[in-house]
Amino acid sequence: MVLLNASGCLDALAAPDVARSLDVFVTKTVTPEPREGNEPTRIAETDHGMLNSIGLQNPGIEAFLDGVLPRLKALRIPLWVSIGGFSADDYALGAASLNGHDEIVSIEMNLSCPNVDEAPESAAEIVAACRAATALPLYAKLSPHLPDMAGVARAVEAAGADGLSLVNTLRGLAFDERTLEPRLARGIGGYSGPALKPVALAAVYACRRATSLPIVGMGGVWNGRDVLEFEAAGASAVALGTVLFADPGAPARIRDELRGSDDTSSVPALTTDKIPAHQLN
Amino acid sequence: MLSRERRSVVAAEQIGPYTLLRVDRGRLEPGIPGQFFMLEAPGRVLPRPMSLCLAPAGELGFLFEPIGPGTRALAALERGDELAVLGPLGNGFRLDVERPLLVGGGIGIAPLPYLSQALRRPPALLGFRSHHHAEAAQLVPSANVVVEPTLVTDALPSGYDVLACGPEPMLEALAAVAPGAQLAWEAPMACGYGACYGCVVHVGGHYKRLCLEGPVLGAA
Repeated sequence: MVLLNASGCLDALAAPDVARSLDVFVTKTVTPEPREGNEPTRIAETDHGMLNSIGLQNPGIEAFLDGVLPRLKALRIPLWVSIGGFSADDYALGAASLNGHDEIVSIEMNLSCPNVDEAPESAAEIVAACRAATALPLYAKLSPHLPDMAGVARAVEAAGADGLSLVNTLRGLAFDERTLEPRLARGIGGYSGPALKPVALAAVYACRRATSLPIVGMGGVWNGRDVLEFEAAGASAVALGTVLFADPGAPARIRDELRGSDDTSSVPALTTDKIPAHQLN
Repeated sequence: MLSRERRSVVAAEQIGPYTLLRVDRGRLEPGIPGQFFMLEAPGRVLPRPMSLCLAPAGELGFLFEPIGPGTRALAALERGDELAVLGPLGNGFRLDVERPLLVGGGIGIAPLPYLSQALRRPPALLGFRSHHHAEAAQLVPSANVVVEPTLVTDALPSGYDVLACGPEPMLEALAAVAPGAQLAWEAPMACGYGACYGCVVHVGGHYKRLCLEGPVLGAA
């Protein structure tokens, strides 16, 4: 199984050995303009996951291309670049500026950051704008909040997406146990970690049946068994997020656990007849 | 290269309201005073950042106050229990100072015993909110102790190179009166190695990751 990091959950320049233990390194989301990110406090652990409100802190696409990408290239790891923005034009600009860099094997469109204002256009319109701007493979990272996950998956496929990244974080809120004030400065943040796994599995499962696109599954993957579950739901690759914070050795550990398990090819793919069709969205 | 190992608890001792958790060192290096480790908190999603308090032969000692679910889980560990330990991480104190004075406030005294050892027992000034908390002063040799309402800044002698750790208001007050001070800051951290961007502080007008730039920063 191909293992990636979830965007925003690893800095390959700060921890190159962790990045090399993955098959693909996915960058933090890059936006056309530099972003300082949100005011701290930015993270809070909860009983079964964590909240973050980083706010897409990044140096902007120009400084990324000049200062970060050459150093990432030197690591000789296949790269996916995550792009974001506040309009379809922002995304298209980001996608176009990545053309001609052989070290980049795919672009992930972050269509679902819970910590910034969203672009007004639909996911399909943003994908279409990026499609017109680049020939690089385009993965659409979708929010688990979509009421019609399968419908959006079909729409981004029709608009030219080459794959899906499922899922981004859920919006969540936590209060300080003594003051009853929100623990994050911005209040609401993105909820990730083990509690997200069933939500992510359902999204992968629904989209697997709605499209033929390859799916990178992510959300609460903690061990080899979780990887097998995402594979059973229909993921063709799996990304590690919060677990990398808890254990930078997770990629190697998970590979060991997968080797120690039964042959992964023997995991039976689930069939739609096990779940009523009206629940697949 | 990150070093993470499963280590055994040697002892968890009470010192006033604090817990001193001693773990078997294994192949982990103790690092420079002021550097920190990420300690797996049993049953919790994320590890907890802890500066090294003591480095007796073959052991690493961590001092903390059990006030949240993570620190309570760590305080409940018993001899022989195992936990994953990652580190040492971050930048510690510069030790090339002429007239060191260690200043600590509350649980912020945590890195000072190891720092005191490295600097051969320099003078120290420690502040606590109660006499019960001040029991932890026994860990720092040559310490003058003040208890609220007296603050460390009320008793701060001049002419020293200040190396300090404590609550934010104390560090900000020290920065104002001791511009050359080395200050160890604290921030919530998910990873401790630059991955999460959760622990940022303002440095030079930008948000920088405390785990990589600090936790010890110059006051200027």
